[in-house]
Amino acid sequence: MAKKSLSPEARSIINSKVSRRAVLAGAGAVAGAGALAACGGSGEGSGSAKNSVRWGNWPLYLDVDDSGKKYPTLQAFTRETKIDVKYFEDYNDNDEFFGKVQAQLKLKKDIGYDLVCPTDWMAARWIRLGYTQKFDEANIPNKTNILETLASPSFDPKRESSLTWQGIMGGFGWNTQKNPKGIRTIEDLFSPQNKGKIVVLTEMRDTIGIILRSQGVSLATVTEDQFMNAVDFLEQKSADGWIRGVKGNEYAEDLTSGDATAVIGWSGDMFILKSENEGKFDFAIPESGGTISGDNMMIPSTATAEAKANAEKLINYYYDPAVAAEVAAYVNYVCPVKGAQAEMEKIDPDLASSEFIFPSAKTMANLSVFRALTPAEETKWTEAFQKVAGN
Amino acid sequence: MRKIGTPYLLLIPGMGFLLIFFLLPIFNLAQTSTQTPRVGGDTGQYEQTFRFANYLDAILENREQFGRSFLYALITTILALAIAYPLAYAIAFKGGRFKNVMLVLVIAPFFVSFLLRTIAWKQILGEEGFVVPALRSLHIISESTTLTSSAFAVVMGMTYNFLPFMTLPLYASIDRIDPRTLEASGDLYANGFTTFRKVTLPLSMPGVVAGTLLTFIPAAGDYVNAAILGSPQTKMLGNVIESRYFRIVDYPTASALSFTLMAAILILVTIYVRKAGTEELV
Repeated sequence: MAKKSLSPEARSIINSKVSRRAVLAGAGAVAGAGALAACGGSGEGSGSAKNSVRWGNWPLYLDVDDSGKKYPTLQAFTRETKIDVKYFEDYNDNDEFFGKVQAQLKLKKDIGYDLVCPTDWMAARWIRLGYTQKFDEANIPNKTNILETLASPSFDPKRESSLTWQGIMGGFGWNTQKNPKGIRTIEDLFSPQNKGKIVVLTEMRDTIGIILRSQGVSLATVTEDQFMNAVDFLEQKSADGWIRGVKGNEYAEDLTSGDATAVIGWSGDMFILKSENEGKFDFAIPESGGTISGDNMMIPSTATAEAKANAEKLINYYYDPAVAAEVAAYVNYVCPVKGAQAEMEKIDPDLASSEFIFPSAKTMANLSVFRALTPAEETKWTEAFQKVAGN
Repeated sequence: MRKIGTPYLLLIPGMGFLLIFFLLPIFNLAQTSTQTPRVGGDTGQYEQTFRFANYLDAILENREQFGRSFLYALITTILALAIAYPLAYAIAFKGGRFKNVMLVLVIAPFFVSFLLRTIAWKQILGEEGFVVPALRSLHIISESTTLTSSAFAVVMGMTYNFLPFMTLPLYASIDRIDPRTLEASGDLYANGFTTFRKVTLPLSMPGVVAGTLLTFIPAAGDYVNAAILGSPQTKMLGNVIESRYFRIVDYPTASALSFTLMAAILILVTIYVRKAGTEELV
């Protein structure tokens, strides 16, 4: 997923500690010249300081106080464990982040983070390449709290080295004035009032996933032919003038500006749109089925044993239902922790009954996870999907 | 010895800069462009196999976006010239004591980020901005016509964004024209149009050439306007390169496309400068 990013200035301040290394690693990769690469990576004071852990996460993805500077749950963690957490909101884009740290991972040099948060498909790539460490189960007893739907993804069937941070549902979002009856099926989406005003996600696993489900295809076993068939369907719709754009989070702006009247979008964004615009927008999981994906907490292969143990304690802490509920009350994505709903009752009963944060068993049964793709499939399928986006 | 050495010493910082920030990336781009996926490798892992057919594949597959990039850049350049020439002329000859204020106004948009200004246009031209409902109620556009997500919006956005790059060199050239040459032309019985054709335009040619280059080159490689104001049917080559690089993680094709775009621009510009036949560019 792609969230609202910080300004480059703000990011550079946060990143100042790693920027030199990043620049050198980048230059090394760019030049392919050993001379430059040789200067990088030394004398960085590598490894984290004692009793601390460095966490790189997406922006706006953790409860924050009104000043926007302090994270209440993190402070509580530090009080409890005396572990200092350095929190960086600089995971802006899966590909960009991976590009930034890949060279060091390969060279087994400290990447500046002990805990990262890639989306499922990128998490799969990290695991495939051996860039993560397996958890010490003894440090994460709360691991068993993970929701069943998310407990055994194909990229990490036993959740040995990844745990979901937040779950993301993909489904239909719409403007209730233009679509008074709502949108429940793909036919509803492509109905005349939405012609030329449909925006779909750049994340192909959600956009094509939802189309595939409407064609009765299982996402756990989708074949190349089935995928390409769904891409053709979308391409035809685009050629016929139905699709206004293939976008990331910007679809939310298109809905508010009226440029889009119906979208394939994400639950968390739609929750905010719905609550900020008094019922002008709504969201539902398609009758034929929606998608669910997640961003995953993972420990990079470069983290020291001590930092790894600290990161595990941190993961365990966030899998405590009471803490998870506090986070969910702020971020509004699907809370991956069992028992958090009961805890949410104490914080905000309205949120506890929200289908966006705690989907009912019936909704959950209708969500599916896109299967892991091989590198060759990933390239070929993304290429086909990008063609629909005009690229 | 010292007399010969000094100019070369002065060249060191500039040449050093170009070596590191231009030649090395270009070299890397060139060597990436002929790579192929490593057998059994992961996404984004490539190895050098000197496959020059990458270029042919990249061009053939994206010829539509290639054509579109140059077409949009050409229209943008013509529109910008048509708007900027009278503007620069007016500031230079009729600006009087407001000349500097007017010039500041031309540059004023630069005080706000390029991205923000483009997003602002998206809002202004959006369905619930004030332009579209007004035009609809006046029946100038039909109910189903939209202004954003169209080629119109992309070209308009580029024209707007690159207008100052056209205006400033034009102004610099026109401002240098001695008004007495125009009077002399009148004394020789030339009418206004002839004076423009025979005196003003030729004297301002360096500005026209510089302005059109400064507009056309970035416009051909632009992707921001197409990404924000366009639709899947209006994507330009810059968007393809971005997608190839970051989404598909296909570095060789992205590199081949970048190289081809640079080469195409270089060829077009060389032909243009030869034809325009101006020695002095500013």
